[in-house]
Amino acid sequence: MKLDSKIPAGPLKDKWTDHKNHLKLVAPNNRPKIDIIVVGTGLAGASAAASLGEMGYNVKAFCFQDSPRRAHSIAAQGGINAAKNYQNDGDSIYRLFYDTIKGGDYRAREANVHRLAEVSGNIIDQCVAQGVPFAREYGGMLDNRSFGGTQVQRTFYAAGQTGQQLLLGAYSALSRQIGLGRVKMYNRHEMLDLVKVDGKARGIIARNLITGEIERHSAHAVVIASGGYGNVYFLSTNAMGSNVTAGWKIHKQGALFANPCYVQIHPTCIPVHGTNQSKLTLMSESLRNSGRIWVPKKKEDAEAIRAGKLKPTQIAEEDRDYYLERKYPAFGNLVPRDVASRAAKEVCDAGHGIEANDTNEGVYLDFSTEIQTKGKQSAYAKGNHNPTPEEITALGKQWLEEKYGNLFTMYQKITDENPYETPMKIYPAVHYTMGGVWVDYNLQSTIPGCFVAGEANFSDHGANRLGASALMQGLADGYFVLPYTISNYLADEIRTGKISTDSPEFLEAEARVKDSISKFLNNNGTKSVDYFHKKLGLIMWNKVGMGRNEKGLTEAIAEIAQLKEDFYKEVYVPGSADELNPELEKVLRVADFIELGQLMAMDALQRKESCGGHFREEYQDAEGETLRDDENFKFVGAWEYKGDDIIKEELHKEELKYEEIKIAARNYK
Amino acid sequence: MSAAKNININLKIWRQKNASSKGSIETYKLDNVSTASSFLEMLDQLNEQLINERKEPVAFDHDCREGICGSCSLYINGRAHGPDTGITTCQLHMRMFNDGDTIYIEPWRSKAFPVIKDLVVDRTAFDRIQQAGGFVSVNTSGNTIDANSIPVPKVDADKAFEAAACIGCGACVATCKNGSAMLFVGAKVSQYALLPQGKVEATQRVLNMVRQMDEEGFGNCTNTGACEIECPKGISLENIARMNREFLKASVK
Repeated sequence: MKLDSKIPAGPLKDKWTDHKNHLKLVAPNNRPKIDIIVVGTGLAGASAAASLGEMGYNVKAFCFQDSPRRAHSIAAQGGINAAKNYQNDGDSIYRLFYDTIKGGDYRAREANVHRLAEVSGNIIDQCVAQGVPFAREYGGMLDNRSFGGTQVQRTFYAAGQTGQQLLLGAYSALSRQIGLGRVKMYNRHEMLDLVKVDGKARGIIARNLITGEIERHSAHAVVIASGGYGNVYFLSTNAMGSNVTAGWKIHKQGALFANPCYVQIHPTCIPVHGTNQSKLTLMSESLRNSGRIWVPKKKEDAEAIRAGKLKPTQIAEEDRDYYLERKYPAFGNLVPRDVASRAAKEVCDAGHGIEANDTNEGVYLDFSTEIQTKGKQSAYAKGNHNPTPEEITALGKQWLEEKYGNLFTMYQKITDENPYETPMKIYPAVHYTMGGVWVDYNLQSTIPGCFVAGEANFSDHGANRLGASALMQGLADGYFVLPYTISNYLADEIRTGKISTDSPEFLEAEARVKDSISKFLNNNGTKSVDYFHKKLGLIMWNKVGMGRNEKGLTEAIAEIAQLKEDFYKEVYVPGSADELNPELEKVLRVADFIELGQLMAMDALQRKESCGGHFREEYQDAEGETLRDDENFKFVGAWEYKGDDIIKEELHKEELKYEEIKIAARNYK
Repeated sequence: MSAAKNININLKIWRQKNASSKGSIETYKLDNVSTASSFLEMLDQLNEQLINERKEPVAFDHDCREGICGSCSLYINGRAHGPDTGITTCQLHMRMFNDGDTIYIEPWRSKAFPVIKDLVVDRTAFDRIQQAGGFVSVNTSGNTIDANSIPVPKVDADKAFEAAACIGCGACVATCKNGSAMLFVGAKVSQYALLPQGKVEATQRVLNMVRQMDEEGFGNCTNTGACEIECPKGISLENIARMNREFLKASVK
């Protein structure tokens, strides 16, 4: 198989415009004759479904949640990047493009990333027009803040709920189309297979999660926007229902899966509390604008803290190691996520962790310096040039509350500690997956007519995603890329007519799904689905997590193969197929996670270099930084399914070319 | 974390096979629940126990488990989202309970939110209200005006945001003696009423959304304010007042 990225010719800055000008169109009178299925209603799915509905296509949208508004994009906290340069700090499309490529450790496509930067400004305009209430300054203009891996302020936000506001904006646009009858919404439906006819994507098999009915849905094109696969680790910041099933099913039908080993471990999450923990909670990266990360310099201080004999506020300034500021003075606490996470692991591995759990893994995120700085500024702004220390502290806390109030409350509810008084405890957790289904420049997978958008595809973030870039990519794909590229594909489908769901291909796919459901329900096992999911998660976290090596990865591949065998023999699923059955939903998802987990380990094993979130312990420089091997690994690794045994998957390589940017070692020092 | 301990509890949970069958309260005993666990992690633990006993686990809605998706619901000891304020059920922690406590868990109860199974209810009425008018009619184009070309006073933007923070969980309806959805609808109407972008369609929006709200079978507001108290996002009653003003303005046009 030859991978053709279909990147248009011409100068980088003109590629997208020229490409759009030459794409085929579907006339308005032909659009109602064409059906499009969109799976997933997060930022990418909802914006795509809404835009395609507005254009006049017949759209069917699917989500497993009880409402499209609940897709996990809703949980994104910090913000969305756009090269508006409203803050006059030298930002531009080129800088956003450059920061994103560099942030991704030179493992993303130049052309895709440049397009993303080009449309970033349109996204903000569109969202404001929809009534998204972004944060504003007193003059009425939009406010910005900084995020990791940049030296400008280009992040737009709505308190710590930016994802919520953007998703509700896209949901409102989608709702409008549903109300007008141009989009038909299928809530509580899960896609369980893709149907191909003559090699083209022609529909899906979905399960109605309330009645259990297996339904056949046909279309001229299928868009997969089902999010990332972080839940392969069991514990992650993803929602409980987030899963890889849609992406994995199309992979099994012939879509290549790219860079599965690129996983983002987010540095600032609330540490694990115990074995019954079901998920991890993120504390927005925006907190690193104001918080300073540290651990005690002395191991005995860390021990005393863990034993409850010492409080962090009792550790003197000179006994604290602000390790990010020490190691990376140029970016300080705002280094990219992968760098910050690894640094936290390093200090905890060295015995300086402060959390009193099984692993002692935790570091401090401290706001006391910011309280003093902002408190003083606020006092001055009020005309008080001689504030007392108490006044400064009170005003500083007030400033923090305005900026991050909801995050601080969330932290307090979960941990029962007050972050205004004592530093937050944080530790890295699985957050986002840069890998995903391989797509070309048009966001089309290797299956004609099957498009993949948002986190579900692999395209824009390379080996590490910068903060506030996921929201940007989701909306860019759905609002400003797919509507053009999918029309180009559909221009050849205007004579096809309605696609029957009674063809042998549909019946076969339906039978496949029914068969796998009945196998699980009739399996005479003894162990719950979660039992296996947690086991998989532990293998993944310990051996395919923040630090990886050949031995661990080889072991992981074998252990997952064994787990897969045990799972099919031993899993027990209560209930029946024709009712709401959450355990049945879970077992189908975990079956796919197990296979994907194995592929992730294989991908991490073949990539004998360190880049971004993929850290191979064998490949690091003298200071413990990632050591890329551009000569041998400057490629996208795309895997082809070869049957049940995942070990037989075949690797295809798409060489990455850097024409605009001079590829260099990533330096945040 | 602050010192966690284990407690033993008794659970009284509403079980109902499906929408058409009659439900009842069942009793369960659950031991060794960590006080650091969330309420939903406690239910996970119960379900694990039920599965191991070859009994059917309890169905309940949940997803993000960080208080923002609005999936989780549950009436706990007679309160929407349980015995704490400003949180959703997934943010409720077991440290709020004591060893030996008996905890009652029921679904949202409202005519417009029929039970699907056990603790899961159908809240699609909210989606249909949104579809009736909860939007600004602007197509995707990439050619709308620059985001900064219309300044919005910070006070208005902040108020619009506070209204838009609604997560659509339905606690307001569940806790209201009339089963009214006025806080939910008022918040959406207010968000757009406060922003210049929402002004053009203001008249039609409020009329259509209120019409749909009535058709769905939600009750009327009698200003008792229970919704505001139980709202996990602190949506203010002011939003209902603003909606009433908008409705009156639209009705006399």
